[in-house]
Amino acid sequence: MRTRVFLLVLIAVAAVVFFAARLVSNDYVFFAGYTVLQFVVLATAWNILGGYTGYVNFGSAAFFALGAYATVFLHKLYPLPIPLLIVTGGIVSGIVGFGMGYLTLRLRGAFFAIATLALAIVLQTLVVNWDYVGGSRGAYIIRPNEIAFIGPYIQYLFLLMLALAVIALTIARGIERSQLGYGFATIRDDELAAEASGVPTLRLKLVATTMSGALMGMAGAPFPYYIGYLQPSSAFALDYAVNSIAMPMIGGTTSWVGPLIGAILLGSLQQIATVTISSAVNLLIVGLLLVAFVIIAPNGIVGLVQGWMRGRAK
Amino acid sequence: MGEQVGLSFDLLVNALIAGILLGGFYTAVTIGVSISFGILDIVNIAHPAFIILGSYIAYIVNARLGLDPIATSVVMLPAFYVLGAGIYQVYYESFERRGQEALRGLSFFFGLLFVTEVMLILVFGVDYRYVEAPYIGPSWRIGVVDLPLRMLVPCIAALAMFAALELYLSYTFIGRAISAVAQDQLALRLMGASPIRIKRIAFGISIATAAVAGALLIIIQPVEPSVGREYIGRVFAICVLGGLGSLPGTVIGAMLLGIIESFTATFYGPSWAPAVAFGVLLLTLAFRPAGLLGR
Repeated sequence: MRTRVFLLVLIAVAAVVFFAARLVSNDYVFFAGYTVLQFVVLATAWNILGGYTGYVNFGSAAFFALGAYATVFLHKLYPLPIPLLIVTGGIVSGIVGFGMGYLTLRLRGAFFAIATLALAIVLQTLVVNWDYVGGSRGAYIIRPNEIAFIGPYIQYLFLLMLALAVIALTIARGIERSQLGYGFATIRDDELAAEASGVPTLRLKLVATTMSGALMGMAGAPFPYYIGYLQPSSAFALDYAVNSIAMPMIGGTTSWVGPLIGAILLGSLQQIATVTISSAVNLLIVGLLLVAFVIIAPNGIVGLVQGWMRGRAK
Repeated sequence: MGEQVGLSFDLLVNALIAGILLGGFYTAVTIGVSISFGILDIVNIAHPAFIILGSYIAYIVNARLGLDPIATSVVMLPAFYVLGAGIYQVYYESFERRGQEALRGLSFFFGLLFVTEVMLILVFGVDYRYVEAPYIGPSWRIGVVDLPLRMLVPCIAALAMFAALELYLSYTFIGRAISAVAQDQLALRLMGASPIRIKRIAFGISIATAAVAGALLIIIQPVEPSVGREYIGRVFAICVLGGLGSLPGTVIGAMLLGIIESFTATFYGPSWAPAVAFGVLLLTLAFRPAGLLGR
């Protein structure tokens, strides 16, 4: 399937999802759906770096929060339309991703992972100490009730996140089938050999970190409007870091389908579990699933299904 | 005017001493990672979670039986050793043997970190816990220098642990085999030692140090489950700054970071301290990735 056809199919699916959600005529569907879609974007973004090149980013929360706080910052200056804020959030997080990559990617992979872990803590320290964006008290963003043409504001936010998910998935699939994707795969499989045969590994890795970071920032940009009151602890929540790793790992990291499956499964599971059980228990479930999957099913659900089909074909 | 200069000199000396004491404690926190990451090449980012586990064990025993936290941690050493050896066995079978430590091994430790933290939250909640011991509270005063025993005792205990480990690694057969794992596994096999067994022992020791570090942590400050996260950046910053695989380097790195943090806290306020470690880490990686005493 050509990328353009794929995009059209995704848009059609997204349209069906949106109108089906409107049929339910209950705002909760949009609130829950927004969170699941946000995880689709985060998981896909994480996988562009983690799954395709094999470099682990533990700082998804940092990139997400950067996007969210870019929105808070700009909102205080002048209220802009959200699509513009999404672009700015993407640019800010992309630049930080590039900088982090530039400083650490020339060394062993572990250093990049450690640096991303620490990045979340440092950015949180900066935000807590920065009164302009609310400091440790947090910042209020007043969400309008209605918007023209669409109706309730949450439906507008839902639609935006749906569009972001379509964009992220199209990019991920596009990369897989391009020269860029093959370059990424050589890095994942044997970086030394890739380097020796003339693959510009550092440049490719920087492209991956920048794209991955930018998409995470874009996912974070509308978040202040969704939540209404943004605190450092909610923007930098560990949920984002663990989920954006667990979802691709559980779904399968080798193709765009894996993060999508992982995000929909785990995201919906958590929406149900948060309502019925406590949120700590549902994070425990995600953590245990992550550990179990990396040990038992290294290629995730996609790998399990492929193995099962291959077994049947024999 | 003279009063003011005297005052800021006192402040300076006290910030320096506080930094050295803090650095001593950081040695205990980092030395386990220095073994696992520096010598064995295992990126155990879950180490701080085991430290917090050590803190909670010290807390329970202290609250129920009134035992000294450091004594408790020494009793807990074998249990933590077994835990570490077990984790290494799983890690080896699932990731190292298949050459998948980069992506999945890291995710495995991240999962462990996360599960440990959430379990502690579920059992104990997010309230701060603390221990009671005779040396928490009083402090010695030598001239203008303040020596709070709450900091001095952990510093001494940490340096004692460092000395014991350094002697063990330099003078025993297994200790020297552990240092050899990092250099030449084939030669080690020819000497009649199985690298896997040696690594399992070393990883067990590295987790065992977390029991002591945890007890020292809860002496210094009240602990809640997510405190461990603040230490991830610090621990790896110290490790890299000191030079991977060098225990004396770790002590120097720990002291340096302790002093820098103490000065930052004194002159800019304690809320900036977590950012310092990250700055040190990035600067070291950018300018001298081998660290101060790197191999």
